[in-house]
Amino acid sequence: MSKAVLGVAAFLLFVFVVVPLLIAATGRWDLYYTLTSVALLSIGSMGVWLTFYIGRINIGQGAYALMGGYVSAVLMTKAGFSFWATLPLAGIFCAVISVAIGLPILRLRGVYFAMVTLVLTEVTRLTALALPVTNGAKGITSIPLPGGLSVFGIPLIPDFATLENPKLAFYLLAVTLMVLSFAALWRIVNSRLGHLCRSLQQNEELASSIGVNTAYLRVLAYAISSFFGGLAGAVFVAISQSIYPSSFVVNDSVNFMLYCFVGGLGFVSGPMVGTFLLYFGWDLLSIAKEYQLLIYSSAMIAMMLVLPNGILSLLDRKGGKK
Amino acid sequence: MEQILANGLYLGAQYALIALGLTLIFSLMNVLNFAHGQMYVFGGFVTYTVVAQLGLPFIVGLVASALVLAVMGALIEVFLFRPVIRKSKRDESTMLLAAGIAFFLDAVILLLFGEKQRGVPKIVGGVLNWDMRIIMPYDRILIGVLAIALIAGFIALMQYTKAGRAMRALAQDRVAAQLMGVDVDRYSMIGFALGAMLAGLVGGLLVTITGINLGMGGPTSVKAFMMIMIGGAGVISGAIAGGFILGMMESIGLTVLSAYGDITYLAIFASLMVFLAFRPQGLMGKPWG
Repeated sequence: MSKAVLGVAAFLLFVFVVVPLLIAATGRWDLYYTLTSVALLSIGSMGVWLTFYIGRINIGQGAYALMGGYVSAVLMTKAGFSFWATLPLAGIFCAVISVAIGLPILRLRGVYFAMVTLVLTEVTRLTALALPVTNGAKGITSIPLPGGLSVFGIPLIPDFATLENPKLAFYLLAVTLMVLSFAALWRIVNSRLGHLCRSLQQNEELASSIGVNTAYLRVLAYAISSFFGGLAGAVFVAISQSIYPSSFVVNDSVNFMLYCFVGGLGFVSGPMVGTFLLYFGWDLLSIAKEYQLLIYSSAMIAMMLVLPNGILSLLDRKGGKK
Repeated sequence: MEQILANGLYLGAQYALIALGLTLIFSLMNVLNFAHGQMYVFGGFVTYTVVAQLGLPFIVGLVASALVLAVMGALIEVFLFRPVIRKSKRDESTMLLAAGIAFFLDAVILLLFGEKQRGVPKIVGGVLNWDMRIIMPYDRILIGVLAIALIAGFIALMQYTKAGRAMRALAQDRVAAQLMGVDVDRYSMIGFALGAMLAGLVGGLLVTITGINLGMGGPTSVKAFMMIMIGGAGVISGAIAGGFILGMMESIGLTVLSAYGDITYLAIFASLMVFLAFRPQGLMGKPWG
């Protein structure tokens, strides 16, 4: 146990102190954007991972990221909400929508569910194009940066627009959210709810025959998953200060799923590891120019041939667990 | 009205052909082939290269597309899917592999053929005008008829040949088929090659009408998934039904709903959700298992 605490402390120290120091020392400010994206994408993949945990293949996270982004953008530009208020609202909106969508489609399994969620991404994009409030293909632009946040007059977070280095601020925001999401996910997995989810993953009929409310659990897990997706989308919008119907497309949804796979589905940290490897690897490969996609996809195929159960399955062989 | 039906039939014939390849691969190997749309695009580019650049007749291009894609499908099955299926703990791992192959094919298409929209000249000119009720270019009719002929040929192959019977047995029960002496490895390979070949053929057919570009792969896969959901995964009659139903719905939707903007697919998806709530396995799919 103390080893785990040490590990978490080392990780926190690394992401909050060592990384900013290293970047300040080397002057690679552009890395902040990459790392912020990694942190946000891994929040989305954590949601996907949770749906994997109940035995469903979710390729629709892009839909919720897009929804969350639009909710945040519309509330900020049209209703004058502060960014910090829209952040949970975006998540909750996605969770509510996902309950409505999830009730019918979560009865599907395997590839059927996977296909429906994939189509959902495409349909969300089309909805964003068609609805008047989203401003169609022109999207919503010049969204203000997050303002300051204070509780009972004590300033907690400064106004991002006044900061000399909003990149660092966004990085810290994204990483904080990632750590919080990870903690939440870890808590869920290691609670009664997590055990019930595992029973769903193994055998849904058996679970329901011994009194597990499978329908309720499925929807709950899917709603939590979509909440994560909406959260990630909302922060992305704040960073890019704009959102278009094509901000999250089918490829992004597939990527969310791939991040989970690459990291390993049996590990809570799988989505984070997978996102980091794939996104960072993709970024590094940009030196290969037109061969970038070729090398990236070949590496992915090769990895499947060598390690079909994810990178973290390397730990399994040494007898380690979780 | 007649015009809508004719458009629907024409669209449906193409869609059904795409869905057939996907459902064949799914029923034999339990693999959702994400790369299906990319295979379709690849087939289109092969036909384009043969017809527009080498100046050979269209039928040669079509045959070339079919052959190239069949070989590609066979190689992908033998060297990629087979080892991964054997080693992986979960069935879903093949989805990552399929997605990886989709990216890989995208990269190959980009390097080989570039990112421009390509098309070949019309194979037959002229427009059929039946009393202003149905107006349709002859080349569309030809492609539609060819697609229907290919579907019929495919059904005949599955029904009346030894390979077709073996593949149907494999789709029903892999272990039982093996016990009856079906060479499972061999027919998985043939099935995958056949599925890929169908994708290539549709690409070759459609390059004459809509042209082809790199970005078409993903949306084509999404449409194929919808058809399979309507008809039921892994069932050949279901794929055909799903293809024609989606074609009809698209044709009707584009006419009736055009006043409200581009919401055809939204409406189709909403009705699909309602439909799936009542019949999760699709029209003709078997219940779970």
